[in-house]
Amino acid sequence: MAVNSELTELYSGIYTDNIRRIREGSTSFLNAFRDAAFDRFTTLGIPTRKNENYKYTNLDLFFRHNYKTYFIPDESDFVKAEEFRCDITDLDTHGVVLLNGFYPTINGKIRTLPGEILIGSLNEASRRFPDLVERHYGKYAKSNSDGLVHLNTAMASDGVFVHVPQGSHLNKPVQVINLVDSTEDVFNQHRNLIIVDDNADLTIIICDHTLSPQKFLTNAVTEIYVGENARFNIIRVQNEHNNACKVTHTFIHQGRNSYSSSNNLTLHGGLVRNNTYHFLGGEGAESSSFGLYLSDKWQHVDNLVSVEHAFPNCTSNQLFKGVLDEMSTGAFNGRIFVDPKAQGTLAYQKNNNILLTDDAKMYTKPQLEIYADDVKCSHGATVGQLDENALFYLQSRGIDKREAKLLLMLGFAHEVIQNIGVEALRERIDNLVMQRLKGELSRCASCMVKCG
Amino acid sequence: MLVIKNLHAAIEGKKILRGISLEVKPGEIHAIMGPNGSGKSTLAAVLAGRDLAEVTEGSVTYFGRNLLEMAPEDRSREGIFLGFQYPIEIPGVSMVNFLKTAVNEHRKYKGLEPLSASDFLRIMREKKELVDIDSKLANRSVNEGFSGGEKKKNEIFQMAMLEPKLAILDETDSGLDIDALRVVANGVNKLKRPDNSAIVITHYQRLLDYIVPDVVHVLYDGRIVKSAGKELALELEEKGYDWIKKEVDNQN
Ligand SMILES: Nc1ncnc2c1ncn2[C@@H]1O[C@H](COP(=O)(O)OP(=O)(O)O)[C@@H](O)[C@H]1O
Ligand SMILES: [Mg+2]
Repeated sequence: MAVNSELTELYSGIYTDNIRRIREGSTSFLNAFRDAAFDRFTTLGIPTRKNENYKYTNLDLFFRHNYKTYFIPDESDFVKAEEFRCDITDLDTHGVVLLNGFYPTINGKIRTLPGEILIGSLNEASRRFPDLVERHYGKYAKSNSDGLVHLNTAMASDGVFVHVPQGSHLNKPVQVINLVDSTEDVFNQHRNLIIVDDNADLTIIICDHTLSPQKFLTNAVTEIYVGENARFNIIRVQNEHNNACKVTHTFIHQGRNSYSSSNNLTLHGGLVRNNTYHFLGGEGAESSSFGLYLSDKWQHVDNLVSVEHAFPNCTSNQLFKGVLDEMSTGAFNGRIFVDPKAQGTLAYQKNNNILLTDDAKMYTKPQLEIYADDVKCSHGATVGQLDENALFYLQSRGIDKREAKLLLMLGFAHEVIQNIGVEALRERIDNLVMQRLKGELSRCASCMVKCG
Repeated sequence: MLVIKNLHAAIEGKKILRGISLEVKPGEIHAIMGPNGSGKSTLAAVLAGRDLAEVTEGSVTYFGRNLLEMAPEDRSREGIFLGFQYPIEIPGVSMVNFLKTAVNEHRKYKGLEPLSASDFLRIMREKKELVDIDSKLANRSVNEGFSGGEKKKNEIFQMAMLEPKLAILDETDSGLDIDALRVVANGVNKLKRPDNSAIVITHYQRLLDYIVPDVVHVLYDGRIVKSAGKELALELEEKGYDWIKKEVDNQN
């Protein structure tokens, strides 16, 4: 079986122990999904390595642990959070903070910006805009075969909600800062819903950080709807400590002639698993899926990307690159599915990796399922060392070996970084990646926030 | 400044250099010619510090120091410059960043402060004109997508930025049309200072019309088999290498 029954029982237990409190704090709208999702979870369970999609990722390391708390805030947490302020430095964005998966404010849980754009708490949105939420919530994640998605639906009760109505666009990106902070080991789940209607435009930056050194497990689901002719970019900057595990499931559902891009920048983290699902659900849609991962020590970073071409004349591009140091490991699984009716498909995929030591390991696997004839598809993967010739070339110009290696790694990473559309963030990431590769990435400098 | 004595080197156990001796004095220009595969690039690589070729015998001193013990980056900082026969493409590393790093590492070595951004850009502009390099190239990644000629000009441009004492130019003229050749040669000549030296590796004597050597050496099968004045280049141009090969083979 590809299900770990012992772990599945453990998490079913967490569900049973907490569901009453979860229901109390949630709207009836969100609660209505829970029973069915829990049923699905118990059937699908926590994936094991026998599950083809989790072949290279051992969730046991973080899931087999007695987390003292499943985080559900009570009144006092919100009061505390009111005092807790984070200033997002450097970047001119609309900032949103999630604390252990919750929208940590008592008042103003939803902001309305010019163009009737809504940013705020999902729980609150499901109370105030049930029709809007109902059109999208659960729709894109529902049929997924990963038990963790359904565990999230069964238990998550808050997260970020963004709605950009038809034709609207924001003058600057939305930045969500996910903070985990606790005095106990915590398991937390949150749920985001982002709706970008026809002809609308949104860029969202999600930063994942850990503030305290406890063991953390986060299982997050984000559903995104991108309407006809709409444009959407999501950039994730992940910087968690080695004792934290982050599993993300991102569903991007696109309409006709829309464009979306996703960029997973994993700078640091104990175990990171990003599932990014792109559904090209209308003719002429285009998607890009980028990723950069830098790992060392015992870290493990796994990206699963699935692009589904369901309509004709869509274009997709996947570019994932990684630099793995010490005994860290990584995995990339890039799926391209082309429906029989998706003629005129263009689909590209590239995964390049540099291993800095003999102990570092990378598993990379394309998964092509092409059922249409008129398809242009290319894929390629490399796992290798730094180019010795390039290294010598730089040294021969007076650059010492350490610096030369750094330049090469930065150059390698830049192919991904250059796709970040927000210039200030792009420069910031170039910098963070440099600090990271130099081994100088500090927790706070990196988090783009000043907290206190 | 450079004294090579009985230098032997092997690549993967295969003997490539078989006893090279050569002395370059300040201000001299040496040309090294010779058929393909005779070991010219290997010699250049050994001098620049590429560890692919293993030195099995002999010595190289540079201003009295054992060159072979120095790291490649230190050789560069001490004034050795290798113009690559096949310049390397480095995607993602911009020319500006690359050169700024290189120049500042040289300065650090000399105990100087890094150049300010504006000083650096000014110097870069000046040197760019010297080699007539397209301004846009400076904004691209190192050698990436450069034409053959652009890559060679870029080598001279880097040389201009680093102002070496000993330039080793490995077939910088190959694949250049006559205009580009003139640009490259002019660049070299303009950068020439009375006490700076150069080793110019070439196949063709046409480069030597512009860069006039003090000595011409013929490298064949890992050995310098003939050294003479610049008229040797002309002779080689007319008669090819076969007569030299014959001479050498008869001696053996
Ligand atoms: N990287 C290498 N690995 C193995 N053999 C090499 C390598 N580079 C050069 N050689 C061999 O060394 C010899 C000399 O090559 P090279 O120095 O490039 O000659 P030249 O520059 O005079 O044409 C040739 O026989 C060549 O095949
Ligand atoms: Mg050669």
